[in-house]
Amino acid sequence: MSFVRHRLFWPAAILVALLASNIFFSSGFFSITVHDGHLYGSIIDILRRSAPLILVGIGMTLVIATGGIDLSVGSVMAISGALACLLIGDLDNQNSVTGVLLACAAGIALSLVLGIWNGALVASIGIQPIIATLILMVAGRGIAQLITDGQILNVTSAPYKVIGAGYTIALPVSVLIAAGMVAIAVVLTRRTALGLLIEAVGGSPTASRLAGIQARRLTIMVYVFSAICAGIAGLIYSSNVSSADSNAAGNLIELDAILAVVIGGTRLTGGRFSLAGTVLGAVLIETLNVTTVSIGIPVETTLLFKAIVVIVLCLVQSAAFRAKVLRRPSRVGASA
Amino acid sequence: MGSRPPVLEMTGIRKVFPGVTALDDVDFRLLPGEVHALMGENGAGKSTLIKVLTGVYGTDGGEIRLGGAAVLFGSPLQAQQAGISTVYQEVNLCTNLSVAENIFIGREPRTLGRIRWAEMRRRAVELLARLDLTLDVSAPLSTYSLAIQQMVAIARAIDIDAKVLILDEPTSSLDASEVAQLFAVMRRLKDAGVAILFVSHFLDQVYEVADRMTVLRNGRLIGEYRTADLPQMQLVARMIGKDLEALEELESQPRSSARELERGPLIAKAVGLGRTGGIAPFDMEIHAGEVVGLAGLLGSGRTEMARLFFGADRADTGHLEIDGKPLVLRSPRTAMAHGIGFSSENRRTEGVVAELSVRENIILALQAARGWTRPIARRRQDELVDKYVKALNIRPADPDMPVRNLSGGNQQKVLLARWLITEPRLLIIDEPTRGIDVGAKAEIQRIVAELADGGTAVLFVSAELDEVLRLSHKIEVLRDRRLVEELDNTDDVDADRVMRTIAGGVAQ
Amino acid sequence: MIDVTAPPGTPPAKARNRVLKQNRRHVPVLATLALLIIMYAVGVANYRGFSDTQVVLNIFVDNAFLLVVAAGMTFVILTGGIDLSVGAVVALTTTVAATLLHAGWPAAVVLPLVLLIGTVLGLGMGAVIHFFQVEPFIATLAGMFLARGIALLINRNSIPITDGFWTAMAEERIRFGPGVFISTSVVIALIVVLIGAYVLAYTRFGRTVYAIGGSADSALLMGLPVGRTRIAVYTLSGFCSALGGVLYSFYMSSGYSLNAQGMELDAIAAVVIGGVLLTGGSGYLFGTVLGVLVLGLIQTIITFQGTLSSWWTRIVVGVLLFAFIVLQRAVTRRTR
Repeated sequence: MSFVRHRLFWPAAILVALLASNIFFSSGFFSITVHDGHLYGSIIDILRRSAPLILVGIGMTLVIATGGIDLSVGSVMAISGALACLLIGDLDNQNSVTGVLLACAAGIALSLVLGIWNGALVASIGIQPIIATLILMVAGRGIAQLITDGQILNVTSAPYKVIGAGYTIALPVSVLIAAGMVAIAVVLTRRTALGLLIEAVGGSPTASRLAGIQARRLTIMVYVFSAICAGIAGLIYSSNVSSADSNAAGNLIELDAILAVVIGGTRLTGGRFSLAGTVLGAVLIETLNVTTVSIGIPVETTLLFKAIVVIVLCLVQSAAFRAKVLRRPSRVGASA
Repeated sequence: MGSRPPVLEMTGIRKVFPGVTALDDVDFRLLPGEVHALMGENGAGKSTLIKVLTGVYGTDGGEIRLGGAAVLFGSPLQAQQAGISTVYQEVNLCTNLSVAENIFIGREPRTLGRIRWAEMRRRAVELLARLDLTLDVSAPLSTYSLAIQQMVAIARAIDIDAKVLILDEPTSSLDASEVAQLFAVMRRLKDAGVAILFVSHFLDQVYEVADRMTVLRNGRLIGEYRTADLPQMQLVARMIGKDLEALEELESQPRSSARELERGPLIAKAVGLGRTGGIAPFDMEIHAGEVVGLAGLLGSGRTEMARLFFGADRADTGHLEIDGKPLVLRSPRTAMAHGIGFSSENRRTEGVVAELSVRENIILALQAARGWTRPIARRRQDELVDKYVKALNIRPADPDMPVRNLSGGNQQKVLLARWLITEPRLLIIDEPTRGIDVGAKAEIQRIVAELADGGTAVLFVSAELDEVLRLSHKIEVLRDRRLVEELDNTDDVDADRVMRTIAGGVAQ
Repeated sequence: MIDVTAPPGTPPAKARNRVLKQNRRHVPVLATLALLIIMYAVGVANYRGFSDTQVVLNIFVDNAFLLVVAAGMTFVILTGGIDLSVGAVVALTTTVAATLLHAGWPAAVVLPLVLLIGTVLGLGMGAVIHFFQVEPFIATLAGMFLARGIALLINRNSIPITDGFWTAMAEERIRFGPGVFISTSVVIALIVVLIGAYVLAYTRFGRTVYAIGGSADSALLMGLPVGRTRIAVYTLSGFCSALGGVLYSFYMSSGYSLNAQGMELDAIAAVVIGGVLLTGGSGYLFGTVLGVLVLGLIQTIITFQGTLSSWWTRIVVGVLLFAFIVLQRAVTRRTR
């Protein structure tokens, strides 16, 4: 029964159940066809739609692991997409690959700056993360609209379109980008000591300080990483719709991202984190969205479902709840 | 003494926490109009007894009688309503509220639910006048000093018509004149018939103000004494836990070979190092291969002193010299870069990271020193962890088990292993043997001795005097946040001698 | 007598310093007041017709619902908590009210019913926060999903309200002279504010709210009903959100499940700009009123300016949030 105890068992089981339930409503759900050397099918579609959430989610995972939270991700998405579209729109030739790459780089660079801003507020000024990132959350969409002058900026750039809607080696480019960032995050945290140090800071800030860990630099790093992830997600989103919509881009994605992180087994109080869990959580949320559509029940019910998931997960994580309701004694160290 | 019936009587009190018996068959009684000191070292059970009495904890046995009737409080509120008020060390008031509110909140004078502010302020002024205080009662409490806040807490307590007033370490952050002011208030209340339970780690203060005292040790009752009948020296002996005969017996035992020391090169030197409210400026030298023991009672400044050597707290006077060069310790990181390690007395909150594995906890400091870009290779980790799990006999010997599942003694060994792999030149160990079983204790003592033999300088802090005597080459004795004496641990130094200094007796 | 206001042996500077310290607590509110006056002066100096009394009154008319919601939020934030569900509860209230009125229910039943729904939702969140020690942020996030989800489930479209009572309330004007008027909603909002201010200043409940914000642990040891009070503030916030929703439906004469998106941010911003400490324990409801007025005035100025676009509101609010949070940080640091 040990696999049942695995922290990703239940999310994985729900994902499988959701996927399976689709079979009854659309028989071809699991079929994957090859068209022009590209893979098509509902599963591929779910992955493609998950890409921005996966990106934002892994950034959020590292932030939450340090005991923080980043509410500004949606705004950062809007800003990065807006800047990229603005620059592409100004190109003489919108199909210039170099121009598009530079525009994307500018979007990501601006995100990086915003990440430094968040990180500095939290680590240097010492403002609570939820409040510190609230500032950019509020102001960010205004900044994005400032960049686009309040318009929805449409671009007709084939190379830019590739990021969100293109295919390469048979898979959607956005999925590959997300996979690439996940890989980078895994390498960065598990192949170096970054993961260990982040978990130590989130697990016990005092003990970490006395072990010589400099939390300040780590904290700034995770907010920067989160902002970069959000920036890339913003590019994918805006590329997919070939425009920059400052209001729609990443609307409420911070809540979905937090949800994905929590579903993935990372505690909101910080400490141990699981990038794989977050990816699973993000895919689960998108599958839920797709499933409700295919079953034919109103899309809005997903909000109710999310509410229930948040409540259940929080109650299960709450020591007070376990003690009061489940009466499961917390594990006590064996006496020496 | 038995002429007046006790206002409070606790008999056979027992309190068990998972794995620890915090109180075992403890009796305690309090007479009206007396100041009664509750004495004991860390882990003696003082705060547990107070929490049982005030309804913060339930009991696992025993009886509490207040004014002759058996009582059982479910919450501090119930205890308060029954006339037992507590003023804690950390002033437990809301400093954002006004002085008057802090005294009356929860019991404000009201008409139809509307607070009568003017009357509340007037009554606050009157009440404070009984304590000889004139304050602006509508000012926020945060604008006053800790001492005044303490008095306001007492004012709140006595307004509830307290029969029993518990003062838990009320003087620890007060200066001499503030203490005098507090004692005047205490005597005034005592004369009014209030029974005061007083906890303080300052022996002089206890002798100045207390009529009687009860001594606890390791959750057991050692005895109840009239202050006048118990010399300071005897009190210390009872608190520390060796009666004099037993101590003399210990003296006759052959001393450990660690006593003979070839003093190595000077590693660290404190020059006028100090921190306001923590430890008065002191000078000290630590040489390679030397164990320096810090002896003193709880609150004497031993932990504060140890923390200054690591930069865990910042010194506000003096400086440290490492290898003869002055060094300002801004953070533990600087100390680590100079080969200093520190294992905190609070191993659960400041030591191990509970949810990380044994392996991760052991490599944490070394990894932090190397920086995140230079991870320790897995094979190297295995070597190091295996070596120290074996050498320190860490049980269970599973490097991937979360540290929270280990016993206190094994967590302590993990913490030691963490510092040992950094190969420190100076290792500061604060209370490594507290709350762990005898076997683990002996092992930790052995490790300390071996470390010094290998040339490491060790700063060793322990509440247990025999442990300090057995391990140290040099003993620094602290009293009331001050380094009072430095003793080379030669044959003529014994527990008696050290205790006399701790107790404040005249040094020979 | 030991006179501590001028302790013997201490320089008089210390006493003066104490008075300064005391005044420092009012710095954020005074700053807001100054800001408001400057903004108004700038408006009057630059735009024709800005000095009309009705311009000021319109700020109240257009923000009456926000005032009520922010009043509830003030209680929550004073305890050191946060309530993210307010916008969603407003939306739910308008939707339920419009749906039931559309179905022919009498206003006398609908009005108490929607207020009860909001109150119960708040009670539920408060209970989860207190009994299971779930972070307010998460518990009210779940409440937000829940309320918005139910609202969307009831109806995805805007529902017009034609009920007699509702239209009467919407159209009724209290006139002070020709062209100088306020709506009934303003009266209701001001009554709520006055009652709220009275409760905070003159009742045991109100003072306990401040005590919890100062130090919940101390409040508990002082024998104050911390749990009950904490649940009560979320209940109160739920009620205020529902009442705000009712005023919103007067204002819009319709119910819509996507109403009031992001209103929680406006409410939090108003509270913070009004000088309430986000960590709790300090601030006044009067300050929140000023905060709402600042937000309203920003919008008014931008409307008068004509060339400035609406997104400037967000940027300015973000900048103000930042300024006031840093100011709070500076003030609390020095008083400690």
